[in-house]
Amino acid sequence: MAAYKAALRVWRGDEGAGELADYQVEVNDGEVVLDVLHRLQATQANDLAIRWNCKAGKCGSCSMEINGRPRLACMTRMSVFTQEETLTITPMRTFPVIRDLVTDVSFNYEKAREIPSFSPDPSVKPGEFRMQQVDVNRSQEFRKCIECFLCQNTCHVIRDHEENERAFAGPRFLMRVAELEMHPADTADRRSIAQDDFGLGYCNITKCCTEVCPENIKITDNALIPMKERVVGRKYDPLVWLGTKIGIRPRSESDTPAVPGKRD
Amino acid sequence: MTDIERRSYDVVVVGAGGSGLRAAIEARLAGKKTAIISKSLFGKAHTVMAEGGCAAAMGNVNPNDNWQVHFRDTMRGGKFLNNWRMAELHAKEAPDRVWELEAWGAVFDRTKEGKISQRNFGGHSYPRLAHVGDRTGLEMIRALQQKVVAMQQDDARELGDPEAMIKVYAETTITRLVKDGDAIAGAFGYFRDTGQFVLFEAPAVVLATGGIGKTFKVTSNSWEYTGDGHALALLAGAPLMNMEFVQFHPTHMVWPISVAGLLVTESVRGDGGVLRNSEGKRYMFGYVPDVFRAQYAETEEEADRWYSDPDNNRRPPELLPRDEVARANNAEVKAGRGSPHGGVFLDIASRLPAEEIMRRLPSMYHQFKELADVDITKEPMEVGPAQHYVMGGVEVEPDTAAVPGVPGLFAAGEVSGGMHGSNRLGGNSLSDLLVFGRRAGMGAAQYLDAITTRPAASDAALDAARSEVLTPLERDGENPYTVHQEIQQTMSDLVGIIRREAEIKTALSELAKLRERAENVGAAGGRAYNPGWHLALDLRNILLIAQCVAQAALERQESRGGHTREDYPDMSAEWRKVNLICGLDASGEVTLRQQPMTPMRTDLLGLFEVSELKKYMTDEELAGLAGPDGGAAKESD
Repeated sequence: MAAYKAALRVWRGDEGAGELADYQVEVNDGEVVLDVLHRLQATQANDLAIRWNCKAGKCGSCSMEINGRPRLACMTRMSVFTQEETLTITPMRTFPVIRDLVTDVSFNYEKAREIPSFSPDPSVKPGEFRMQQVDVNRSQEFRKCIECFLCQNTCHVIRDHEENERAFAGPRFLMRVAELEMHPADTADRRSIAQDDFGLGYCNITKCCTEVCPENIKITDNALIPMKERVVGRKYDPLVWLGTKIGIRPRSESDTPAVPGKRD
Repeated sequence: MTDIERRSYDVVVVGAGGSGLRAAIEARLAGKKTAIISKSLFGKAHTVMAEGGCAAAMGNVNPNDNWQVHFRDTMRGGKFLNNWRMAELHAKEAPDRVWELEAWGAVFDRTKEGKISQRNFGGHSYPRLAHVGDRTGLEMIRALQQKVVAMQQDDARELGDPEAMIKVYAETTITRLVKDGDAIAGAFGYFRDTGQFVLFEAPAVVLATGGIGKTFKVTSNSWEYTGDGHALALLAGAPLMNMEFVQFHPTHMVWPISVAGLLVTESVRGDGGVLRNSEGKRYMFGYVPDVFRAQYAETEEEADRWYSDPDNNRRPPELLPRDEVARANNAEVKAGRGSPHGGVFLDIASRLPAEEIMRRLPSMYHQFKELADVDITKEPMEVGPAQHYVMGGVEVEPDTAAVPGVPGLFAAGEVSGGMHGSNRLGGNSLSDLLVFGRRAGMGAAQYLDAITTRPAASDAALDAARSEVLTPLERDGENPYTVHQEIQQTMSDLVGIIRREAEIKTALSELAKLRERAENVGAAGGRAYNPGWHLALDLRNILLIAQCVAQAALERQESRGGHTREDYPDMSAEWRKVNLICGLDASGEVTLRQQPMTPMRTDLLGLFEVSELKKYMTDEELAGLAGPDGGAAKESD
C-alpha cells in the first residue's frame, strides 16, 4: 500500500468550548490511528493534547471515540477505514474534557476507592495461599482489565444520565466487585452493597460494555449477570429469607460495608 | 513566588510504576506522609508492559531452586559486573516480595498443588518466573495500585480522609530536585493538565522513574521513558554508574514499521519457541560463548529433551541471556540470512499445539493478529532487537537505596544502577522493583527518623526552576519533535547494539550540536496539557542521558553484556574491576571517572567454581582467593 493523505476531523478545545478542526495527514502501511495523530502532532499541531502511554494496547490510556465508536487509538488500524473516509476523532463523551482528546477520568478512581478491598483470612500467611487454576480463572479474566474506561464511557446509565453517576459504579467497578466475590481466598461479602451502593440494578444487560472492551472480557455474561444472580439469591431465596426472619441467619453481620470516602 | 503551589510531605516518590508504588507503600507503612508523583494516570506506568514474569527462587516447580542458584544466575547474566550485595539481597528477598503481593490480591497462575506457577526464562537455571499468562506486569501494577487504595480506605476510616497519609498526584512532572546545602529539600514540577507549578516540600525523595528508552529510535519503552530520574539525580549532584550498558532485547516486532519495537516476550522461547534464519536453520547453537558452553545444549535433540527432562539435559541456546541472543540475531541479519523485514524468525507454531499457544501467550497472539495480521499459531513471527532496558543508573547503597553524596535522595528500579551489572536477566526486573522499592521506602523512613531539622528550598532555586520551565513557551524556536527524532536517530545509528570508536566520537559531536538546538526549541500554545511544551522540557533529560551513554561507551574498551565494541570484541578481566561514574561539573558538562569495584565477599565467591571465576577475573584476584585446596570451596545448594 502506498502512503496516502487521510482526512481527519479532530476535536480541539477545552472544558469551556471547542470545535472540530480539519487536517490532512499522511498515512503509511500498517499504521494505527495513534500513529497518524502523532504525525499530526509532530508536524502540524505541536500542542494537540492526546493521552497515551504504551502504544501496545496494554495500558488503556488512549481511549477516544473514532467515528463515534469508543476505541483505543493504538489498536485501531487505519486499514479498517477506506482511504476516502473522513475520520472524526473526539474525546470520550461521558467524561469532562480537559483539552482536545484528553478527558478527566477521576470519576473512575473515586469509584475504585469505594469498593472494599481484597480481604483474605488473616490467619493465612503470605506464601501459604493454595488455590487451583480452575478456581482463579474467572478472577483472572477480570484482572485482564487495562482500565481504559471505554466500558464506563459507553454504558448508557451514565453516558446519557449524569445524575446516575453518584449511585452507579459502572461496568468496570461492578466487575471489580465480581472479581473479588469470585476470588477463592476472599472473605468479604459485597452482595448487598453491589446492589445498594454500586447500582448493580441499573444495569439492564445491553452488553454495550462487553462490545467495546479491547481485552474482550465478557463483562456482562461473566461478571454482571452472575453478580445479579448472587444478589438475587441472597435477597429472594426463600430459605435465606426464612433463616433471616427467624434469626438463624443474622441479617447483615456478614455484609461488608462500603468504604467511607468522598460519598455523602 | 505566589504562582507555585506548595505541598508538604515526609516522602515524595517520583514515579508510580512497580518500584515507586512499592516504595510508597513501605514509607506509608512506616508512618510517613507520602506523595506518589506519576507522569501518567495512576496504574498506567511502564511496568504494565512487562510480560514474562517476576523471578523469585520459590522452588514451586523445581525444588532444587534457591537463592544461591538465583544469585549465581544473576551474576553470570551480568557478566560479574553486578553490585554483588544488591544481587544477594535481590535473590534472598524476591520470594517474600512475591508472596506478599499475593496476599495483597495479585492472582498468579497456579501449579497443580495450588502454589504460584513458575516458568523458564533466559539465563535462569530453573523455572523461576511467577507469572500471569503474558501480562505479569499489569497484574503487578494493579495489585500494588489496589494495595495503595486499600491503605487509603483504612485512612478514610481512621482519619476521615483517604488522602491523609498517601496521595497520588497523577499527570504531574518533576523538573528539578531542590536542595538545602547538600540535602534534599523537595521537588519542583508542574501539573500536566493545567501547567500549574508545584513544589513538594519533603526531606526525602525516592526516584523511581524507570529508564531512558526515548533516547533511542527503536525501543519497547513508552513516551515516559525520557531518563527523568537519571537526569534529576545528575543535576542534583548524584553519580550515575555504568551508563554504557543498555539492553537491546532480541525479540520485538519489526513489521509493520509503526509497531517496530513492540516487545515479543521471552516467554515465547521459555515455552519452547525457537529462532530460525531465512534458510530455516536453528542457528543459536553456533552462538554459545565459552563462558556458557558448559550449561547449554549442543544439539537440537538434547535441547528439545530439556523441556521435559531438565535435570539430565542442558538448556536450549535460545535461552541464553538477552545480550547473547541479540548479538546472534544481529549477526544473522548482517550475514544476509534475515527475514523479509530485516529480522529473524521466531517459531512457536511448529512447537506447541494452537490451544496451548493461546493459553500461554494470549497477548502475543492478540498483538500479532490485530497489528500485523499474523496468526502465531500457524506461522512464525518476524522479530528483531530493540532498546529495552538500561542497566546503568543512579549509584545507590545496596541496603538502603540511598544515593551517596546527596542526603535524602533514594533510587529504586530501572533508574538505579548496579544490580544487573552489564546485562539484566529477563524476570529480574519485576523482582528488582519489589525488593529495592521496599528497601528505598524503608531507607527514606529511616532517614527521616534520623534527621532533626527539615531542609528548606531557597527562593533563588525555585526562581531558577520556574524560569527554566517557562522559557520554551516564551520562544518562537525550532519544533521540539524534530530535535527529539534526530537525537534518537543519532543514538540508534552511532551508539546502538554494536559500537565503534569513530562512530561514538561522531555521536558526541552531533549531540553537542543537538544540545544547542534543544536550547532553542519553542513550544506553541499554552500551559494546559500541552505535549509540545512537555517534550521541549524532556529534551534536557534525554540529551544529558545520551551524553552519559556515549561518553561511557567510548571509555570502556571491552565488550561485555549490553556494551559491544567492534574494535574491542573481547571481555577484559581488568575492565571488570571498573565502574564508570558520570557526574556534572560546575559548568554543567558531563564528567566521567573510573571507580574500582568493591571485591566480592568470600562466602559469595565460594558459591562459584574457581574454573568459572577464571573466565571473569584477573590472576591477581584469583590468587587472593585460593584456599588450601587451591580453590574456592563451592557450597552445596
